[in-house]
Amino acid sequence: MNKIEKAVITVIGKDMVGILAKVSNMCAEKGVNVLEVTQSILQDMFVMVMLVDITDATDKIADLADAFDVLGKSANLKIHVMHEDIFNSMHKI
Amino acid sequence: MNTNEILETINMIDNEDLDVRTITMGISLLDCIDPDVEKATQKIYDKICRYAENLVKTGEEISRQYGIPIINKRISVTPIAMVSGACPGASPVRFAATLDRAAKTVGVNFIGGYSALVQKGFGPGDYALIESIPEALSETDFVCSSINVGSTKAGINMDAVAKMGKIVKKTAELTADRECIGAAKLVVFCNAPEDNPFMAGAFHGPGEPDCVINVGVSGPGVVRAAIQKSGGGCDLTQIAELIKRTAFKITRMGQLVAQEASRRLCVPFGIVDLSLAPTPAIGDSVAYILEGMGLEQCGAHGTTAALALLNDAVKKGGVMASSSVGGLSGAFIPVTEDAGMIQAARSGCLTLNKLEAMTAVCSVGLDMIAIPGDTPAEIISGIIADEAAIGMVNSKTTAVRVIPAVGKKAGEELDFGGLLGSGPIMDVNPASPKEFIGRGGKIPAPLQSLKN
Repeated sequence: MNKIEKAVITVIGKDMVGILAKVSNMCAEKGVNVLEVTQSILQDMFVMVMLVDITDATDKIADLADAFDVLGKSANLKIHVMHEDIFNSMHKI
Repeated sequence: MNTNEILETINMIDNEDLDVRTITMGISLLDCIDPDVEKATQKIYDKICRYAENLVKTGEEISRQYGIPIINKRISVTPIAMVSGACPGASPVRFAATLDRAAKTVGVNFIGGYSALVQKGFGPGDYALIESIPEALSETDFVCSSINVGSTKAGINMDAVAKMGKIVKKTAELTADRECIGAAKLVVFCNAPEDNPFMAGAFHGPGEPDCVINVGVSGPGVVRAAIQKSGGGCDLTQIAELIKRTAFKITRMGQLVAQEASRRLCVPFGIVDLSLAPTPAIGDSVAYILEGMGLEQCGAHGTTAALALLNDAVKKGGVMASSSVGGLSGAFIPVTEDAGMIQAARSGCLTLNKLEAMTAVCSVGLDMIAIPGDTPAEIISGIIADEAAIGMVNSKTTAVRVIPAVGKKAGEELDFGGLLGSGPIMDVNPASPKEFIGRGGKIPAPLQSLKN
């Protein structure tokens, strides 16, 4: 049995219509399964954090990061895709 | 999923210059020793290219997977004097040229280990290598050199100290047309660590395994931001705790990268070096951390105490975060690489004397300091002797990397560009130690009891 591989997608930028749609569309296209979403709007700034399962993704995580980066730039948003290990190792003992 | 923690990490990377400074592959060249210089250099070239073939590519892949910038990929090798000593007829510069060629083939931006360990005396190979340093550093682009002239157990080899004053000066002179950059690639150590991943002092010690991955983390900007956010109400105990917590997080990231690099390259993981290494980027400065603790400017009275707190807290936080800590680990104070130090040196607040005091409590020594080009060799030797004495007596690593700025005087500037930065030429006390340095001999190792 393969271990489930998870990544975290963060989206930061000015709030507008359709951000969630854009990002989740891209997830569907790339075979990325969304597990958990939290989003908030602070003084016009849109902040969304998604936990996703990339075990069956069509691309490797490094290529996913590039694809989301391009999407982010086209919509004036900052989108990061990072392996969950980085957060686990930095913040959990 | 804790949103705050995730956003904290992203903020550290995006806005506070958090990065992994270097993945350094240490490669032993002891099995390349051959009395025929052609064969020896061929074996060295082949071994480095074989072992480090995927180093740069792997570093970039890890960087993309975790979203962490990994700035440098580098190589350290066995001190070349141990290898070149077997070819007494050949110039050691041949080996420097080979290292440079191998570095260019595999795509790393520095290769360290044009080194000799002479704390107790010279072998013929050591002497030949030291003599060849100016030529080797002026004719290569990526080779870094280091010489260990003293240790707590062996004392200080003052003949080597006298020699190195001349070598530093000559190295600067031979690269005078390139901002004297040769001297920026040459470090004189006392108590040199054998597993240091940071240039220019990295070499792969003779006690190390055949090949190993060492990782150097950084993050002065993150520590500075944490102190800034805490506001003015914290006392120094709380600041020390804050630095420990921050250093822990930074080091965990380094540990993750080191383990992943080790796994992918099938090379054992060596150590994480948890140094705060500044860059010329605004904000990524150790001086700003000290100023954030409440000093008007780095170099003010109180700077040594603030640096002692910082250096110790970084180690305490980092040690728990990694299974194996080594190298230089602590806070670096390279003047030309640190925006805050550059400002303080320009304004005259930070002097060479204060820097010397700071080296007694930081992790390395007098680092990246431009001095007037007409400084006599014996004064450079005097600077080296003082630093080595501080290291020897305090059982710590100290080093000297000064750059005599040929044709320039105090107050003018040198500009290396890139990570090496730029900075003002600092005043040096002109009184001569010529007779003292000229005596040669050894300063005996210090007593380890009666500590007062």
